[in-house]
Amino acid sequence: MTEAYIYDAVRTPRGKGRPDGSLHEVTSVALSARLLNAVKERSGLEGHAVEDVIWGNVTQVKEQGGCLARSAVLESDLDQSIPGLAINRFCASGMEAVNLAANQVKGGAGNAYIAGGVEMMGRVAMGSDGAAIAVDPSLTFKTYFVPQGISADIIATEYGFSREEADALAVESQNRAALAWSENRFAKSIVPVLDQNGLTILDRDEYMRPGTSLEDLGRLKASFQEMGEIMPGFDKVAMLKYPHLERINHIHHAGNSSGIVDGAAAVLIGNAEFGKAHGLKPRARIRATAKIGTDPTIMLTGPVPVTEKILKDSGMSISDIDLFEVNEAFASVVLRFMQAFQVDPGLVNVNGGSIAMGHPLGATGAIIIGTLLDELERQDKNVGLATLCIASGMGAATIIERV
Amino acid sequence: MTDFTMKKDADGVAIITWDVPGKSMNVLSLDGAAQLDALIDDALADEAVKGVVITSGKKDFAAGMDLNVIAGMKTGGAQAVFDGIMTLHRALRKIELAGMDPKTKKGGKPIAAALPGTALGIGLELPLATHRIFAADNPKARIGLPEIMVGIFPGGGGTTRLVRKLGVLGASSFLLEGKLNEPAKAKSAGLIDEVVADPVASAREWVLNATDADLVKPWDAKGYKMPGGEPYNPAGFMTFVGASAMVHGKTMGVYPAAKALLSAVYEGAMVPFDTALKIEARWFTNVLMNPSSSAMIRSLFINKEALEKGANRPEAPDQTVKKVGILGAGMMGAGIAYVSAMAGIEVVLIDAKQEAAEKGKAHSADLLDKAISRKKSTEAKKAEVLGRITATTDYAALAGCDLVVEAVFEDPGVKAEVTKKAEAVIGPDAIFATNTSTLPISDLAHASSRPDEFIGIHFFSPVDKMALVEIIKGKQTGPRAVAKALDFVRQIRKTPIVVHDARFFYANRCIIPYINEGLRLLAEGTSPTLIENAAKQMGMPLGPLQLVDETSIDLGVKIAKATRAAMGDAYPDGAVDEVIFRMADQGRLGRKANAGFYDYDASGKRQGFWEGLATEWPEAAEQPEFTEIQNRLMFVQALEAVRAFEDGVLEDIREGDVGAILGWGFAPWTGGPFSWLDMLGAPRAVEIADALAKKFGPRFAAPALLRDMAAKGESFYGRYGKGQKAA
Repeated sequence: MTEAYIYDAVRTPRGKGRPDGSLHEVTSVALSARLLNAVKERSGLEGHAVEDVIWGNVTQVKEQGGCLARSAVLESDLDQSIPGLAINRFCASGMEAVNLAANQVKGGAGNAYIAGGVEMMGRVAMGSDGAAIAVDPSLTFKTYFVPQGISADIIATEYGFSREEADALAVESQNRAALAWSENRFAKSIVPVLDQNGLTILDRDEYMRPGTSLEDLGRLKASFQEMGEIMPGFDKVAMLKYPHLERINHIHHAGNSSGIVDGAAAVLIGNAEFGKAHGLKPRARIRATAKIGTDPTIMLTGPVPVTEKILKDSGMSISDIDLFEVNEAFASVVLRFMQAFQVDPGLVNVNGGSIAMGHPLGATGAIIIGTLLDELERQDKNVGLATLCIASGMGAATIIERV
Repeated sequence: MTDFTMKKDADGVAIITWDVPGKSMNVLSLDGAAQLDALIDDALADEAVKGVVITSGKKDFAAGMDLNVIAGMKTGGAQAVFDGIMTLHRALRKIELAGMDPKTKKGGKPIAAALPGTALGIGLELPLATHRIFAADNPKARIGLPEIMVGIFPGGGGTTRLVRKLGVLGASSFLLEGKLNEPAKAKSAGLIDEVVADPVASAREWVLNATDADLVKPWDAKGYKMPGGEPYNPAGFMTFVGASAMVHGKTMGVYPAAKALLSAVYEGAMVPFDTALKIEARWFTNVLMNPSSSAMIRSLFINKEALEKGANRPEAPDQTVKKVGILGAGMMGAGIAYVSAMAGIEVVLIDAKQEAAEKGKAHSADLLDKAISRKKSTEAKKAEVLGRITATTDYAALAGCDLVVEAVFEDPGVKAEVTKKAEAVIGPDAIFATNTSTLPISDLAHASSRPDEFIGIHFFSPVDKMALVEIIKGKQTGPRAVAKALDFVRQIRKTPIVVHDARFFYANRCIIPYINEGLRLLAEGTSPTLIENAAKQMGMPLGPLQLVDETSIDLGVKIAKATRAAMGDAYPDGAVDEVIFRMADQGRLGRKANAGFYDYDASGKRQGFWEGLATEWPEAAEQPEFTEIQNRLMFVQALEAVRAFEDGVLEDIREGDVGAILGWGFAPWTGGPFSWLDMLGAPRAVEIADALAKKFGPRFAAPALLRDMAAKGESFYGRYGKGQKAA
């Protein structure tokens, strides 16, 4: 079968997703287009060099609506013969873009794709596209809908993670991210965001809080306790689904959950022929991809079953994986992954994750594939697995292998 | 029958009067709705008519839809229900649009509602379809949409109109809780428009002066936006997220009407008004076709009312109580004194010590003070009620009492003594009742010189809140005593069931096994959280462990000791006793000790489970299936109810169902244990009972009656629905 290779992986620095964030002045279309231009320039992609741009994005309204992928292609310097496909699998949209592209290439539908995603969370608010699952009683009752933060707290309760363990993971994420930046480990992938005059707007992840201590985090109030216990009382709904739980242990807060940021990422994927034609050397092959649906109430446990599935489908075992990227949507998601597979925490999110640097929903899946590849190269290891939990109870995973 | 009549006056106002013959309250029938529709047609077509006022010929406007009609509608199937509801919608919509030009919204005839008093259900939905609602300044009037209380929801446009008028938040307490208001509050909440001295005069005046713009409802005007926002407006989104979670959590997901109501609101909020009505009708049909709603209407409305009106009252002249003597001024006696005095009955409250008698009377003062602080009563009313209660130690004060209720200590000797002392004073026509909950009536009757006029009237605690009263016939109790007890219960506005004299009568006979099953599960190593949640998710108001805490362990110890003494070797509840004795030994007596299966904080607020439970009864590694726990907790009650009926203790399954819900809170969504077994179907019920019996013992053995019904494909209500006896 045809192999799908990663030829390049880039990302913008992540800006704080707030009115005073550095990227707040940049539109979703402009940020996407400038990153696509970087891919084009770095690999010399002229004309119909790729079959399509598959662009992940979660909140597809306003400037992110109307098939953002096509708008971004037209705004960029890519040829107009390249169409553009906007996709949404919530937090794994960027990964799903990469996986779709890889599988298209493997299946022979075109030689190459640009896959990635964007989310300007400070410009287009999370949830502003609406969601029937949160408000349509026919669905909310059937799925025992609770917001993600409650789901993360259910995981902590069900699998026995304390506030202290979650905070320790958050501190570690900050320390690792700070070290990675101080050693320029992201240099290969970071594309600074420039304005129309070539002036730098942002060249560095700005959400991080280096030096965050356990004491600092200990002072933060649990974010989901009130909505869980009092108004409107999501814990009661959760306990209808999980009647063995006497109460929900609310351990998550702003400091041990992923940050709200703006950012974009892109991965250039193609077959061997594409590399030869453009004089590019493949960095890794996409060895396997997987996605799965899981219980929508606890919602964020997807990384475990999807990892089991991807390993089984590809005839591998957990010990075949050298490094892991598990998206730090909430601390308990990563704690549960490490607990389930008994993996060395030193191999998971080596350079920090979304808790320290932020989680631009539609882009993160592509970001962590790039980060994983950079780190495999840095440590000269071979096989890496990236996985994310996904809203409404899903999971996605990708295994890459250096070539 | 003519329910609606119309008179047109010289000024061009047509007054439509709703006055259902032979009823004290107006209720809407299908025929009545058609009559109203024809009169509206007439008024709209008659050029001499300028406007219409709809009012009532009775002191109240209307009590709602005739629930018997609603219950009957479903015999025609879903299509018939839906068509019927849509016909009603069209009639109400005709009133709302009042013949105006659909484009210019001009030329319509003003139609106002004039409510002299209470307006409930369709009695408010009809006014909501008019252009202005005038209510009389009548603080006794109750205005609202109580449908949810009987397992349905406002399906005559009330849901759609109220949400569009007040928004989801504004309408939620009226729709989801069935909250009723007096006119002044109903006006400030936006349910009605005006509170006036003479609603017909004011409505007439308004009709004559209304402009075209006055007739256009906000939702029919251009640019209408729902108050608080529709579901996909940012503010509205959060409201709908919260509403779903709150309703789901509160109803434990077992009340189909609440979910259907919410769906009608959500789906209706995103479409034009007429489409929203169609959506409302579809969900209403869905609820009406749901067996839970039918069972709730049957038990909580139709049969409850039938029992209150004396469905099982023997032939006897009127036995209205004028003066009641109450022996023993403890918690029960004081409560009975309060409800009697509130009903206008003279009360003689006797205790051995004057101080105790006064304390019993003070209970009424306390309750009235609380009511005054909540503006539910007045100082004058309090003085009037307290004036009816004579607290004394003197049995001579019982002279003139036509009913005596003893509520002294549960000791046959003490009871015999007070019986004799009272009978020495009261007249030959007076009835003597005992409020015992544990002692056989027939035995206590030995102390009486006239056992045919001796009866059990069993109140539940707290007396002022609990709606059920069990009337227990001893072996020699005569029909006049039963009639007396029923008339008394009707006076104090409670719901009676009449049962025969057997251990624990009916309610306690069924609730004790429920508690015991919970304790057995705990002793077996079942997680206490699972036990409590299993019960609550079946719709039981309290889990068995919490129920023990509320009623206190020492009561359990007392009952266990008494039962063991009475049954001797046949006593089956060793495992249960082991739990309660161990709890009692550690002083964990329940809420009153601020320590039970649960912990309580200093203010008595319930916290989590007592951590000692984990060491006393360690959780087994393998936990039982959730549905198995639920089946055990439910069947142990329902099978006992069937046995009570089979034994003849219970004479009427309607009493069994109503008594179960009102007496011990048996999952109200089921309509009661007999309705629930019918819902399951006898064959399935027998199958579950057999499996449970095999695994857990003969307490789950299916009664022969249930087995017989399963074999013949019959149901309880099919066989006994009109009060037929089992034997």
